[in-house]
Amino acid sequence: MSTFSQQLPIVLHSLNAGFLQTLRLFGITLAGAIPLGLVICLGCMTRFKPLTAVLRAVIWIVRGTPLMIQLLIIYYFPGIVLGNAFWGSGERGRFIAASVAFIVNYACYFAEIYRGGIQSIPVGQDEAGMVLGMTKSQIFFKVKLLQMVKRIVPPMSNEIITLVKDTSLSRIIALQEIIWAGQSFMKGHQGISGVIWPLFFTAIYYLVFTGILTIVLGAIEKKLNFFR
Amino acid sequence: MAILDVKNLEKHFGSTRVLNDISFSLEKGNALAIIGASGSGKTTLLRCLNFLEIPNQGVISVKDEVIFDAAARGRVSEREIRRRRLHFGLVFQSFNLFPQYTALGNVCLAGKLLAQERPDFQANKKEIFAEIEEKGRSLLAQMGLSDRAEHFPHQLSGGQQQRVAIARALALEPDILCFDEPTSALDPELTGEVLRVIRSLAEKETTMIIVTHEMAFARDVADQVIFMEGGYILEQGPAKEVIGNPKEERTKQFLARYREDA
Repeated sequence: MSTFSQQLPIVLHSLNAGFLQTLRLFGITLAGAIPLGLVICLGCMTRFKPLTAVLRAVIWIVRGTPLMIQLLIIYYFPGIVLGNAFWGSGERGRFIAASVAFIVNYACYFAEIYRGGIQSIPVGQDEAGMVLGMTKSQIFFKVKLLQMVKRIVPPMSNEIITLVKDTSLSRIIALQEIIWAGQSFMKGHQGISGVIWPLFFTAIYYLVFTGILTIVLGAIEKKLNFFR
Repeated sequence: MAILDVKNLEKHFGSTRVLNDISFSLEKGNALAIIGASGSGKTTLLRCLNFLEIPNQGVISVKDEVIFDAAARGRVSEREIRRRRLHFGLVFQSFNLFPQYTALGNVCLAGKLLAQERPDFQANKKEIFAEIEEKGRSLLAQMGLSDRAEHFPHQLSGGQQQRVAIARALALEPDILCFDEPTSALDPELTGEVLRVIRSLAEKETTMIIVTHEMAFARDVADQVIFMEGGYILEQGPAKEVIGNPKEERTKQFLARYREDA
C-alpha cells in the first residue's frame, strides 16, 4: 500500500487525462448545438406545418426523456438491434456516439431559448426597419440579431454551466472522462485500488471550470450592457 | 398637382371593417392632420400608406404614379415594395429606435444599407459613408441634438428619442412624412419639444400627415384636417374650418370633449 503523497501524482495525471476528454465533449457539444439549435429554431418558426410538427415532436421527445437514456440508445441501438456497431467499440466510437447524443439534446434546449429571444423582440423593430426600406435579412442581421443575443446570454449561460456537469453522464457508456478516471481507482488502476478520494477530487475540477466559465459569461453579459 | 392621391381605400381584419371608402388628396408642401377617437382607423390608414398593412380595396398614387392598386392582382417583388415604400417616412408613437445603435447610427443605418445597392458603392464606399454621416449630423443638429449624436437611445429622454426618430425618417428624404401620434407616449412636459420640431418642418413646407390628439396643434400647424369615425372620413377640409367651425354633429361632439379638457 503506497502513501497518499505517492498516489497523488498518479491520480492527478489520470484525472487530468479524463478532464481533457470532458473538455473535448463540452467543446464539441457547444460547437455543434449552438448552430444546430438555430436551424431547429428557424425550422420551428416557418409556416411549413409538417416541418414544424416534426421538429416540435423531436423537441418533445428529446426534452422529455433523460439524457442518460438517449446516450444508451444512441450508443447501443445500432450494434445490438441493427447488428451494425457503426460507432466502433473503442474510446473513439464512444466519443462520437456521446457527441451525437449531447449535440442533439442541447440543440433542442438551445432552440427553445433562441425562440424566446426572437419572439421577445418587439414587432416595432421589424416595422421600423421595413419603413426604412430594409430587406428582411438586413432587419434580422443588422437590427434584431444583437438584441436577441443580448437576451439569450443569461439563459444560455445557465445551460452551458449545466452542460459542464452533464458531460459526466457519458460515464454510462464508459467514455473515459473525469468521473470514469476517478472511479477507476476504486476498482483498481495503476496499482491503486479501493480508494474513493480521487472521485471526490473530480468535484474540484468541475468547480474550478464552472467558476472560470461564470466569469467569462459574466464578462460577455457586461459587454452587451452598452444598450438596453 | 396633388402629391398624394388616395381613392376608395378599404381595409378589413376578418369581418371587422376598419377603413371604409377613404378618399383624400394632399398637396405638396401641405400638412394634413388626421383626428378622431381611438379605434376610428387613423393609425390603420397610416399603416396602409406605409405598406405595413395591405388594403383590401382602393388605389394609392404618389406623384401620379400608382404605387398600390388592390385591383391589380400581379405580385409585386419585395424589392419594388421597398422602393415604393420609400415615398413615405413613418414616425411611430413608440419611437422604435434601434437600441444598439447611437443616435447618429440610427439616423444613418438605412441610408448606408441602401447605398450598398449603388453601382459605385465599392469604389467610393468611404466618401458615400462620410456623406451620409455628415447629413445625419446636420439632421440631428436641425432637431437640436448635435450634442447627443453619440448617445444610445436609453441615454436619451423620450422627447429626444422621438426627435432622433424624426431625423431617421427624414434621412431617406421621403416625399411624405407620416407621424403616428408622435407625442402620445411622452410625458406632457416633453411633448412641446417634439411639436416644435414638427412645426418647424411644416414651416419648411415638408409634406406631412400627422395622426394626433393635440387639437390646438392640428389647428395651428396643419393645412388640412380629416376627422375619422368608425373607419369613415366624416369631415375633411381646411384645418381652421374643421376644428374652428365643424359642420358635422359628430365632429362638434368630438371637439367639444377636447375643449372641456383644455
